[in-house]
Amino acid sequence: MSTTTVNQARKPYSPRQAIERARRGDLGAWPVVGGLVAIAIVFGSLNEHFLSPENLTNLALQMAATGTISLGIIMVLLLGEIDLSAGSVSGLCAVVMTILNVRHGWNPLLSIVVAVVAGAAVGVVHGLLFTRVRMPSFVVTLAGLIGWQGLLIYLLGQGGTINLPFDGFIAKLSDTWLPPLPAWTLAVALVAAYGGSLLLSRRLRLAAGLPVGPAYWVAVRTGGLAVVLAGAVLVLQADRGVPLLLVIFGTLVVILDLVLRHTAFGRWMYAVGGNAEAARRAGINVTRIRLLAFVLSASLAAFGGILAASRLAAVNQSSGGSDILLMAIAAAVIGGTSLFGGRGRTYAALLGILVIQSITNGMLLLNVDSSVRYMVTASVLALAVAIDSLARRGSTQ
Amino acid sequence: MIRAKDISKRYGAVQALEGVSLDLGPGEVVALVGDNGAGKSTLVKAISGVISPDSGEITVDDRPVRIGNPHDAQALGVSTVYQDLALCENLDVVANLFLGSERRRWSVLSHIRMERATRDLLTQLDVRIPDIRVPVAMLSGGQRQSVAIARALIGEPRLVILDEPTAALGVEQTAQVLALIRRLRDRGLAVLLISHNLADVRAVSDRVVVLRLGRNAGEFRTAEASQESIVAAITGAAA
Repeated sequence: MSTTTVNQARKPYSPRQAIERARRGDLGAWPVVGGLVAIAIVFGSLNEHFLSPENLTNLALQMAATGTISLGIIMVLLLGEIDLSAGSVSGLCAVVMTILNVRHGWNPLLSIVVAVVAGAAVGVVHGLLFTRVRMPSFVVTLAGLIGWQGLLIYLLGQGGTINLPFDGFIAKLSDTWLPPLPAWTLAVALVAAYGGSLLLSRRLRLAAGLPVGPAYWVAVRTGGLAVVLAGAVLVLQADRGVPLLLVIFGTLVVILDLVLRHTAFGRWMYAVGGNAEAARRAGINVTRIRLLAFVLSASLAAFGGILAASRLAAVNQSSGGSDILLMAIAAAVIGGTSLFGGRGRTYAALLGILVIQSITNGMLLLNVDSSVRYMVTASVLALAVAIDSLARRGSTQ
Repeated sequence: MIRAKDISKRYGAVQALEGVSLDLGPGEVVALVGDNGAGKSTLVKAISGVISPDSGEITVDDRPVRIGNPHDAQALGVSTVYQDLALCENLDVVANLFLGSERRRWSVLSHIRMERATRDLLTQLDVRIPDIRVPVAMLSGGQRQSVAIARALIGEPRLVILDEPTAALGVEQTAQVLALIRRLRDRGLAVLLISHNLADVRAVSDRVVVLRLGRNAGEFRTAEASQESIVAAITGAAA
């Protein structure tokens, strides 16, 4: 193909190329979207309450905390590493925030900032043990899983539960709802920004003589986003409105995605995850990238823990415990992040947590025993990892 | 242009290089050949800054230079393509070409500028890749080797060192890479080619430098040398 032709269109993939891409695991988000539709149909037909605005709003609320932790997991998974401590760190930092805010009367915003910084410090410890001492990441963070849980219990001391005031700033975070006007303005602004950036990028590419996709594709993609957002706002407005928690989580997803795709730092994350030796030879400071990934992971875990504490309006000894860590990892992998590094986007956290949380939520509605719930969630996780492993085998053949 | 003189290097009890000299000029492909353990890799590592020689001198334009690390070498215009490609298979061609030297403004990547430069460079080198925005994992071996070589040109080097560029390639892909090496020469670059394959060496090089047991063991103008005389120099049969 000549590369000098101007205005040359990128050809759509031939069926053979499409199959080839699929074999290499380059399916994009379609399997997950398909899974979501299947989940909606199955649970929607088994229980009429599942697709009600009230339940979907609850689902959105349940997603935000674990989804934020899952975002952090993605940061380390991109490097082909793992963070098993995310749950404990989320609980620990939630406790730190609550103690500062409730026992010492600190300003809520300041307590949140300090708690996230504490999370970042934990990430530095993990990162240094991993990069300097060269301990395997799963051992470092497995120690963290137990150790930070221990610190959490120590900090809580006797009693073991601290309540957050229901009308305080922190509890209000998860009980704030966008009224219709701001909600719709936000949705319209997002669609306009997305469509505008697509158009601008298309014009700049044309001006530089680079191939572009067909013009209708811009309309299709912008229209697709508009339909999804409008649907979401309509459903959520039918209940209490768009939850602030969802807006916060969504903002984090979008910002981190932009950082990963459009900054040198993000490019280097993928490079280190793909081939650390190649990255090192290209002059990239691999140690710093790894350290930053662990700091991001722990900070996002901390923030996720704060969102969870806000929803519960309390912290206790099981904060950040039980299945939160596994749900966060499962969400990242189900959403399409590779466990082997170098592949995945932050939208994986959004899609993956949506899948996991809908399954959990649906089965709770159906009064399915928790034993069955665990087994189903495990099967979905195993399936996602199996697809990832097969895709990896396909791409290294 | 770039000259290594009397380079010696010892690893413990092994004298890897002993007083080896090498001359590289613009627009010339020099093949460095020799048996395993002849010191080819050590010499290349000394020029590309991976190791420091124990003694000897490297000059660029007759000025002595110190090459202490790969970064120094790059700053002097020496670019190395390693045998194990060192590409990130999960990234696309553009990302691989500019890896570590991304064009950016206020730390935001200039995707369009980099893609334009990539296409221009690949066109100039007549490297044909159907879609430069798919991950490198989806390209053929020859295409990957071409990407690795094109990547060596991003920093506007004067000398490109190619370590066994055709070792893992089939016949047609080898031909593509050899054609690419000729185009590097036509651009006025000095090319140092390390190869075991004498057919490739004779097809593409202007001059053959033979190392044997860490010493210079002969130098030939490719056009005038017979395969037998080069083999004899490699094996030491001529000595």
